[in-house]
Parts: sequence; C-alpha cells; structure tokens
Amino acid sequence: MHKQSRLTIGALYGPLASVGAVIVALLAGALVMELSGSDSIEAYKALWESAFVGRRAIAETLIYSSPLILGGLGFAIASRAGMFNIGIEGQLIVGGFAAAVVGAWDLGLPGYLYVPLGLLAAAIGGGIWGFLPGFLKAKTGAHEVITTIMLNYLAIRLITYLTLRRSDVLPVDPTMVATNRVVDDARLPRILEGTRLHIGIIIAVASAFILWFVLFNTRFGYKVRTVGLSPGASAYGGINWGTTITIAMIISGILAGLAGAGESMGLHGRHYTTPPGYGFTAIAVGLVGRNHPLGIILSGLLFGALSAGAPAMQSADVSKEIVQLIQGLIILAIAALEVVNRLPAIRSRLSRRAASRRAATTAPETGVQDG
Amino acid sequence: MGDFFTIALLTAVLRMTTPLLFTALGGLLSERSGVMNIGLEGLMLTGAFFAVAGSYWTGNAWGGLVIGIIAAAVGALIHAIWSITFRGDQIVVGTAINLIAGGLSAFLVQSIWGKAGGSDRVDTLPNITGGINILVPVAFLLVPVVHIFLFRTKQGLHLQAAGEHPQAAEAVGINVTLYRYAAVVMSGVLAGFGGAFLSIGNLSYFTLDMTAGRGFIALAAVILGGWSPLGALGATLLFGAAEAVQIQGQTTPGFPVSSDLLVALPYIVTLVAITLFVRSRRGPAGLGTHATTS
Repeated sequence: MHKQSRLTIGALYGPLASVGAVIVALLAGALVMELSGSDSIEAYKALWESAFVGRRAIAETLIYSSPLILGGLGFAIASRAGMFNIGIEGQLIVGGFAAAVVGAWDLGLPGYLYVPLGLLAAAIGGGIWGFLPGFLKAKTGAHEVITTIMLNYLAIRLITYLTLRRSDVLPVDPTMVATNRVVDDARLPRILEGTRLHIGIIIAVASAFILWFVLFNTRFGYKVRTVGLSPGASAYGGINWGTTITIAMIISGILAGLAGAGESMGLHGRHYTTPPGYGFTAIAVGLVGRNHPLGIILSGLLFGALSAGAPAMQSADVSKEIVQLIQGLIILAIAALEVVNRLPAIRSRLSRRAASRRAATTAPETGVQDG
Repeated sequence: MGDFFTIALLTAVLRMTTPLLFTALGGLLSERSGVMNIGLEGLMLTGAFFAVAGSYWTGNAWGGLVIGIIAAAVGALIHAIWSITFRGDQIVVGTAINLIAGGLSAFLVQSIWGKAGGSDRVDTLPNITGGINILVPVAFLLVPVVHIFLFRTKQGLHLQAAGEHPQAAEAVGINVTLYRYAAVVMSGVLAGFGGAFLSIGNLSYFTLDMTAGRGFIALAAVILGGWSPLGALGATLLFGAAEAVQIQGQTTPGFPVSSDLLVALPYIVTLVAITLFVRSRRGPAGLGTHATTS
C-alpha cells in the first residue's frame, strides 16, 4: 500500500487496482441482490440518480463526502506512520461534540471569529483523542488497535453521559440526546443555494492538498513515511520514532475532529450522540485511496456518492446497508489484487525475505508486533 | 440498595460474560497462532444473524445454532484465505470482514423478513435453570478445555510455535499455514457460538448490529488476559460484570453512580491495564507476520 514510485505499469497498478476493485465489488453486490430476488439494475439506477442527477443530488454526495475525505486523510497519515488508527470514529465524535458545545454556548462572536473557534475546539478535541493512542504506543508499546477501540467506546460513553446528565454546566439537551443548537454565527456557511451543502467540502479538499504537500514535500512528511516503511532504518537515520508517530496521530485526530465539526457545525447544527459510523467507512476510504491524499479525494467522493444514494435503493426494496457490504468487498478485492501485483515470484520472495529480516531486527524496539 | 446484590445480578453477570468468553477464546487461538483477528466483531454478528435465519428456516434452534456456527466459520475461512494465503494485512482483512458482516446481515434481514430493523421471533435454545441458557456452562467449560489443549497437547504447542516463531516452526516440520488456518476457522466457530448466544440464547431475534462492539471487547479481553484462557476468563468476567451492573443500576432506584459512567469503566480499566502491563504481557512474537516459506 505504501509503494509509491514504481515505474511504468507498476506506477499505474495501484489506481487501476482500486478502480478494478470497485467494479468487482459492484458486480458482486449485484450478484447478492439478484440471488436474493432483488432487481440490482433498478437498485443501482436509484442509487445513481440520487447521488448524481441534479443539483440537490450532487450537493448530497458532496455533503456525505466531506467527513469521509477528512476521516480518510486522518486514517492515511496514521497509516503512513505505521499506525492503524481504528479510532477515527472516536476522534470524530469528540471533535464534533467539542465544536458543538463551543458553538451552542452563544459567545456573541461574529462569524469570522466564531467559526474558526469552533473548528479549533474540534481540532483540540480530536487531537487529544488521537494523541492518547500515539503517546501510549510510543511510551509503552500498547497496541493502537486496542487503545483506539477502547477510546472509541470511551468517547461514546463519556459524551452520552455529558449529554444526558450535565445540562447543569454544558449547553446540552437531554431530551434530544444532543447538544443545544449551534448559534447561527457559528454555523459553517452554506455554499449552494437551495441545498444543505456547507463549506465542509472545501475544508476537506483543502486539507487533502495540504496533507499531500506535507507528506511529500516537507521534512516531517519524509520522517512519517520513513517511520512507517521501516522503523529500524529511521532510527539509524536519526528520526525519533516515538515523537513522529505521536505527531502523526495528533494530526490524524485533528482531521477526524474537523470531520466531526463539519457534521455538528455544518450539517446538523447539533452534535447527536448516536455514532455516525463514518469513522469505519473512513478506513475504507483511506485504503481505497491508497493512503494518498489526492486518491482519498476521489475515493471519498465515491463512498460519499454510495452513502448519498444508498437510501434511494429502498425504492427497489434493497436495504441501504448493501452499500456497507460493497465497501467491505472493495477492500477484499483490493487486497486480492495486491496479490496479483506481487505475482512476479522473484520480487515477491526477495521482498519477503527483506521484510522478515526487517521484522526480526526492529520488533524489539518498536513493539509493532504485539500489544 | 439492599436489593442490588442478588441472584438476578449474578445470572446477569454470567449472561453478559458468555458471548464475550466464547469469542475471546476464539480470538485467543487465532492470536496464539499468529493471526490478529479484528474481524471477530463481524464473525460474531454473522453467527448471530445466521443462527436466527437458521432457526427460522429449520424451525429448530439447534439447527439455527449449527447454521450460525457454519456461517461464522465460513467468514473466518475467508479471513484466513486473505490474510494467510494472499498475505493481506490482517487488520485490513478484518476490517473488510466487519463491514461485509454488517452489510450482508442488514441486507438479508430486509430480504427475508421484509423489514429494516430486525428479524421476527424464532425458536430459541433452552434454559437449563432460571434464566441460565444452556450455552452459558458450555462457554465456561471451554476455558479448561482450551487451556489443556494449548499447554498440554502436542497440537497446542505446535500452534503456539506457529505464532511465536513461524520460521523456526516451519524448520522443525510444523505446517504453520495449516495451524493458522485451523486456528482462524476455530475463532470463527467460537465467535459463531458467541453470536448465536446473543440472538437465539439471550434473545429470540436478530437486530441490526446487535453485537454492538462485543467482538472488539473480546479482542481486548484476550490481550488484557495476557493471551491465556484463564486470563481471558477473568477479563471477560470484568467486562460482563460491568455490563450487568450497569443494567442492574438502571433499574435500582437510588443507585449512586451514573450508569453511563459506570459502563465506561471496563474501557478505562483496559486502557490502564494495557498501558501498565504491556511490557510483561508480550503477545506471540510472530503476531501479524507471515511465514516466510511455503
């Protein structure tokens, strides 16, 4: 997944494999629908129309894409540093809640101050939730998969508690199981007349370009990629593994937090405690985009379109969750196509030997292999 | 408050621990063989769904249990093919399994029962005595069984070797690939038991995403329990007790601690425990790696 500059066909293989995987998964989804007696053509037609046909449909696709792109970027930077951040969901929730609380307090600020302040709150909230697993991994080797899963549940429980019980100090509405409404001055401005589209999509795309620049054109980006590819080599190169993964996880959390702010300050105007599940879709977005910021814009748009169009599939009597099935199949198809890419036997054997040697030399100092 | 510590609470603890224990024992076998299985959540959900569907199709809960277990085992087999033979990233494959299980079960609920939220009621597994389902003692009896298998049988030691040092295991003639396949499929079987207990043991129907993270909790319990069956028992009892106390706390008037906070306790305990004990609790050294030969 982290191979970048292979020549000729090799360089194109990644993007082609992603496209191929999407096609395979859509066909497999159609097969499942047909086998269970649903009309797959009708269902896909409904999906297509409500994702792409008309101004409102396109706006909805962009609305769904925003948190997925931001979450996918968050997943990607952590992945590039060798961290599997399953905690996007929790970081998104904490960020969204923090932004909504600041926005609902009615601080009497003008929009040009209030909106950045809300986004800052989201970045801090998400950043803290990303910092914790990064720091714990760096200091004790605690496996990030377990810590991020625990932090996801902790975030949900904590915010449910704050929402239901602490209306004495926080601007929350227990009857709505949500925060109070974010005041108008703190709402993300809408950008397309007659639709719900807000500036979240601009924030998402801009973040992608910034992350692309940081990853491939700065010293920090170089450190992140080196640490992710080979923790052992990075240590010889004078790169501090622990600091680098911790910062990468903070950035990951900030991006996820901004995704949450887009939902609470932009789309809904409140933070609802029901988890949106975007954090898990964002993992798929990152994988399909091959952890490349520009690839993630495209995969985020694709998954956004799938999410926006899914409810319409109900008209063909197909559950909207079929989209989740298709997302899982896309990941499996990509993993399978990776095998095809590795088929040239010599290369595969060589890289495997190198990898095992690398694993053998680096495991003790990084603790990557265990929790 | 005097009514709080009752037989009802005790049975609730057992009831909440059972699905976690099944799944944790499965996860333990998989991890011991060197395969991290974060697809446990999806495998559990698969078991829960197909147990209900099987009970509905056959009209018999035992038929449902068998079908649920087979379905979860097939899901685990897919995990094994992708992560062992295709050498895919184990965590990526597990994520895919979780997405597919959630999507497929929701889709099939609608196409079988024609409604979006969950299934109809179906035949359920019997209770042995007041509120204790027959699968509860099965889960607890599996603890010594897995313990003896892992530490007292040749196959168990080979399985550990496959996880600790796959290259060395291959060198002395242990078929690492076979052991890993067997362990991962077994994790599916046990997660299938755990899921089936939720849907046709504890309840009598399937609802969307009814596992609600229990597969992940079971995975955490494996690590918190130091990759041993007895440790997994202790850790799942901790999670089960917290869940039971939270449910009981909601129905006990004047219960002093907010139940929303109480239910967060196991997550905090896990975080602290993993952070403090991680150095002494090393997992299998070959976890997440691929065997070099074969």
